[in-house]
Amino acid sequence: MNDNPPPVLEMRNIVKRFPGVLANDHVNLKLHPGEVLALLGENGAGKSTLMNVLVGLYRPEEGEVYARGEQVDIGSPNDAAALGIGMVHQNFKLVPTMTVAENVILGMNGLPFRPNMDEIVECIREIARHYNMPVDPKAYIWQLSVGEQQRVEILKLIYRGAEILILDEPTAVLTPQEARDLNRVLQVMIDEGKSAIFITHKMDEVMAFSDRVCVLQHGRVVATKYTAETNPQELATLMVGREVLFRLDKAPSQPGDPMLEMRDVHAKNNKGLPALQGISFTIRRGEVLGIAGVAGNGQRELAEVVTGLRPVTQGHIQIEGQERTNRQPLDFIKAGVSHIPADRIGMGAVGNMPVSDNISMKGYRQSPMAEKGILRPRQMLRFAREMIKRFEIATPTPATRIKFLSGGNIQKAILAREIDACKGLLVAVYPSRGLDVGATEAVRRRILEQREQGRAVLLISEDLDELFSVADRIAVLYEGRVMGVVPAEEASIDQLGLMMAGSPAEEIDVPTARVMEEV
Amino acid sequence: MRRIVFEKRESMSRRASTLVPIISLLASLLLGGLLLAISGANPFVTYYEMFRGAFGTWNRFTETLVKAIPLMLTGLSVAIAFKMRFWNIGAEGQLTLGGVAAAGVALFWAQSLPGWTLLPLALLAGCVAGALWAGIPAVLKAYLSVDETLTTLMLNYVAILYSEHLYYVAWRAPGYNSGTATFTEAAWLPRITGRVHAGIYLAIILAVVLWFVFKRTRWGFELQIIGENPTAARYLGINIAQNVVLAILLSGAISGLAGATEVLGLARRLQQGLSVGYGYTAIIVAWMAQLNPLAIIGVAILMASLLVGGDQIQMRMGLPAAMGLVLQGLILIPMLAGMIFMEYRLRIIDPHTTGMEVEA
Ligand SMILES: Nc1ncnc2c1ncn2[C@@H]1O[C@H](COP(=O)(O)OP(=O)(O)OP(=O)(O)O)[C@@H](O)[C@H]1O
Ligand SMILES: [Mg+2]
Repeated sequence: MNDNPPPVLEMRNIVKRFPGVLANDHVNLKLHPGEVLALLGENGAGKSTLMNVLVGLYRPEEGEVYARGEQVDIGSPNDAAALGIGMVHQNFKLVPTMTVAENVILGMNGLPFRPNMDEIVECIREIARHYNMPVDPKAYIWQLSVGEQQRVEILKLIYRGAEILILDEPTAVLTPQEARDLNRVLQVMIDEGKSAIFITHKMDEVMAFSDRVCVLQHGRVVATKYTAETNPQELATLMVGREVLFRLDKAPSQPGDPMLEMRDVHAKNNKGLPALQGISFTIRRGEVLGIAGVAGNGQRELAEVVTGLRPVTQGHIQIEGQERTNRQPLDFIKAGVSHIPADRIGMGAVGNMPVSDNISMKGYRQSPMAEKGILRPRQMLRFAREMIKRFEIATPTPATRIKFLSGGNIQKAILAREIDACKGLLVAVYPSRGLDVGATEAVRRRILEQREQGRAVLLISEDLDELFSVADRIAVLYEGRVMGVVPAEEASIDQLGLMMAGSPAEEIDVPTARVMEEV
Repeated sequence: MRRIVFEKRESMSRRASTLVPIISLLASLLLGGLLLAISGANPFVTYYEMFRGAFGTWNRFTETLVKAIPLMLTGLSVAIAFKMRFWNIGAEGQLTLGGVAAAGVALFWAQSLPGWTLLPLALLAGCVAGALWAGIPAVLKAYLSVDETLTTLMLNYVAILYSEHLYYVAWRAPGYNSGTATFTEAAWLPRITGRVHAGIYLAIILAVVLWFVFKRTRWGFELQIIGENPTAARYLGINIAQNVVLAILLSGAISGLAGATEVLGLARRLQQGLSVGYGYTAIIVAWMAQLNPLAIIGVAILMASLLVGGDQIQMRMGLPAAMGLVLQGLILIPMLAGMIFMEYRLRIIDPHTTGMEVEA
């Protein structure tokens, strides 16, 4: 290896402990100028922690950081910004009730008492134009899609003059199209001489965009490789410590009675505009219906409608033949519907409560966890321990507040609760988002297990691989309508792509595109 | 160069959450001491006198307990509401109306009811009145999203003015300038020692029951989830509006009970001096106790001792009795400032060493 010019950033022997865990164990890491370094590792391996040390959010117990060859002391994000280091966090840190421009300057040092907003807005527009990232600086954050919020986070870094970009799972919440756009922007920045550390669980992104890869396992660096000299299989094995199967064995489906029937369902989105416009389909027991589509075409509303969280303005929803249109969420839960929501921190978990309580938040209503309205903490704990083991949730203790777990492990806790509680229908929205390859494989296997046990699954996913390997049929959602439903084994990427862009299945002249009779 | 920075705590420390209230108390005593020194009193002597005033003799200690009882009850009431992030500052009005309702039963039903039912019914009437008074803002908030801080505060004035109308005009006993006739003995809440009445048992039992409800019951679990993350609560199938209203009814009932025990246990008639601000002091009590029902009992006694001690220094040292109130108010400021230290800590950064940490 040729180490000149000197690394822009170097971490030596970084040790960071949390109560009960050694998150970083003598980590050494170098970032060269103009380089993209991918940071890989299982959920809870310590990636986010290491990066938080770099931006001054955590203070390591041991070790030193060098920037451009000089030892530095980074005590706060403002120190990091002064050194040109900026980070996009795994969970965005934007204020929803403020505008894009306000968020960009929020917390910056050295602003005048009354910043000139017009100038700032113009400057943001300029940056957005330069990098070809359409964002309206005057829009409020709550009006933006997740992809747009991501752009705001990146604008924020550029505006503050970051030369070293740290991106913590930036593509986990993006659609494949948005992910490609992001990577294009990143490429422009690298060409301008910036460097980046990029955390991801997606192997194809590692292969396509990084120059080097650093693999963390249980807080230790187990390998550093040039991307050109490695391959996804090897990286996965390094990460997990065993071989990972990328393909699942799927038994042929044996559909039973109809579980969920949607007939001409209409619903509005949060802004009051039509989001679902006449959705009809049936899912039978023992069957997985996949929903493909570009994000924002009604996926979120669809999931909320079939779990009772969003009112239906027209049409009918039946579960096991029972009318459930516009019933309360509890009625859906009692009918055996489980829901893995897209927003795990905001909806799926209660951050300030222990992991064990969070895992018990579905089962607490019945025996053995409660008798006559009185909780039985011992039973709750026993159940939580069992789930922690079965789903391999990395947590120091069951009593740890769930917000202190790594992103992927919070997701695993929600999965454990929902899959265990599922009695009839599992609504899974981006279930493997943020999970490492090993956990992704495990989740897909669990979903198939549910199908084998005669449950119906509605799988909403942006990952076509996931849909192909798990779903029996794939429905494509476009502007709140189903463009068509195709059997997974007959579907092709091109055909789905066309449908996702708005061509109904019938019009696509592909011999394999046989539309299912019952839509 | 050395710098001091705030750093977010990576995990909430148990030690901090017990130390902060204690340190805040000391800080406020220090501030109060300064204030005393400025107004020309020797702080040490004053504090000593205050302590003696509140705990010095058995008699005075019982007086401290007398004032602690309504603080315990309203403190519990406020804590329930605050756990739901329902900013109930209407405990004062709920207490007043509870007292009014209890007095109404004791005055007007004494003839028509068997004697032994009078006391329980009067207490119950106090609870119901308090619950209804809290129920109005609760329903407005749960179903129409009307801000509760304003409504609960406004309703205080309505309740207090109404009670004044009653004891000055409508219910005034003949021959008095103000105040109703004394209740028949059947409606008196028994006293235990000195003027300490059985309300103290009710407060302690309620504290234990509430602790159990929040820690160990399904309902308490649901309330906790609603308070922490309403979006998650809805997703988990918990009926938020209904549960919030129920919890606030309970909160109001306990404040109403406080008023009822004051009227039935102390004055034994409705008169001026029912509303003396317990419902506001309760907010300090609840926060200092970190909304923990069991801790509220102890904190209420502490706050009551400041009240009683304050009265004493007035008599002995010629200081205004308001001094006690000022000292109480002073507790809240370091307390709120102290809250920051439960989420953050101070760190002194010295670039030449790895940086040392100062627990705060
Ligand atoms: N603030 C904290 N308090 C206590 N423990 C923590 C805290 N932050 C992280 N941890 C623990 O440190 C370990 C590493 O967490 P980290 O978030 O760095 O993982 P990660 O590699 O980013 O995982 P993921 O891919 O799931 O995001 C985990 O076991 C986690 O539970
Ligand atoms: Mg992470």
